[in-house]
Amino acid sequence: MKAEDYQERELELAGWPVKLASYRLGAEWYAHADNVSPGATLARRKGETREAAEQAALERAEELLRHTHRRAV
Amino acid sequence: MAHYAHPESLASTEWVAGHSQDPNVRVVEVDVDTHAYNEGHVPHAIAWAWNTQLSDTLRRDILSREQFEALMGASGITPETTLVIYGDNNNWFAAWAFWQAKIYGHRDVRLMNGGRKKWLAEGRELSTSMPEVKLTSYTAQEPDLSLRAFLPQVQEASSLHTAAMVDVRSPAEFTGEILAPPGLPETCQRGGHIPGARSIPWGKACNDDGTFKSVEELRALYSGEGVDGSRPVIAYCRIGERSSHTWFVLKYLLGYDKVTNYDGSWTEWGNLVGAPIERGAASAANG
Repeated sequence: MKAEDYQERELELAGWPVKLASYRLGAEWYAHADNVSPGATLARRKGETREAAEQAALERAEELLRHTHRRAV
Repeated sequence: MAHYAHPESLASTEWVAGHSQDPNVRVVEVDVDTHAYNEGHVPHAIAWAWNTQLSDTLRRDILSREQFEALMGASGITPETTLVIYGDNNNWFAAWAFWQAKIYGHRDVRLMNGGRKKWLAEGRELSTSMPEVKLTSYTAQEPDLSLRAFLPQVQEASSLHTAAMVDVRSPAEFTGEILAPPGLPETCQRGGHIPGARSIPWGKACNDDGTFKSVEELRALYSGEGVDGSRPVIAYCRIGERSSHTWFVLKYLLGYDKVTNYDGSWTEWGNLVGAPIERGAASAANG
């Protein structure tokens, strides 16, 4: 088994930059979303299509990112 | 092009592909996201969970010598084994495992350059099988605490400028704008940084493919902030794993002699009663 069609892209979620990686392993698609700085995985999901896996990962990542508050410094 | 000070501390994905079945080599995946291994991993690799197997969760500490010996024995590792560690997020917690292995004196430890990300992106073989492990009896060395910084050393370094302090967190964590990386739990009472620290985020040491930058690029990155190996360095982050990545870069790639990882990091300093902090951008470098 190999990761196929590996892709990465950046987007913004809840005001934060997010990197989304997705790829196929066998019959299933996997996606994980991380916060760009520092790069920690926020959500890892799988689905029957790339879109389904990405959507599920983004929904969870957005839920987590909404809890991060910026403070005045 | 100059060479890394200790190139033997790195293994390429190509080398790992050719040696993961070697009985003298043990490949271990250590991820931030402990579910990543189950998706598929380097064939014959085992996994260590950073939060349960590489931490003493009762003491908030790294493994004791006895715990480390038990982990290595259960992993089929002997003191002569070549231990190759890799993981997600450009080897964050892989570096944390590397750091502990060096504290307990394991001779041949290597990080797989580029980590899990590069392995996947290159379309290399993945396995979902757990390899059979033949248990060993492992004897570790006495802990080498010259690799680790504790609070009193950090307090002295901050007040007397006896060491260069490198804050490897994101700029927003350094300034105090946020208390933890976006999307992760806020685990301290205050935002900011240790007085006198320089902000050099860990990820600046990596290329887009997850591999480490060249010696020239790394030297420029750190010396630009006054970290040139001429005096001791203390690296810290939030809980000590990102700073173990920077510790590895400074000690094994640039060859700086006195580099310590302050694993208490911001979750200790930021919560400490009476400890001074700074907010906003870094003040001028102390040289």
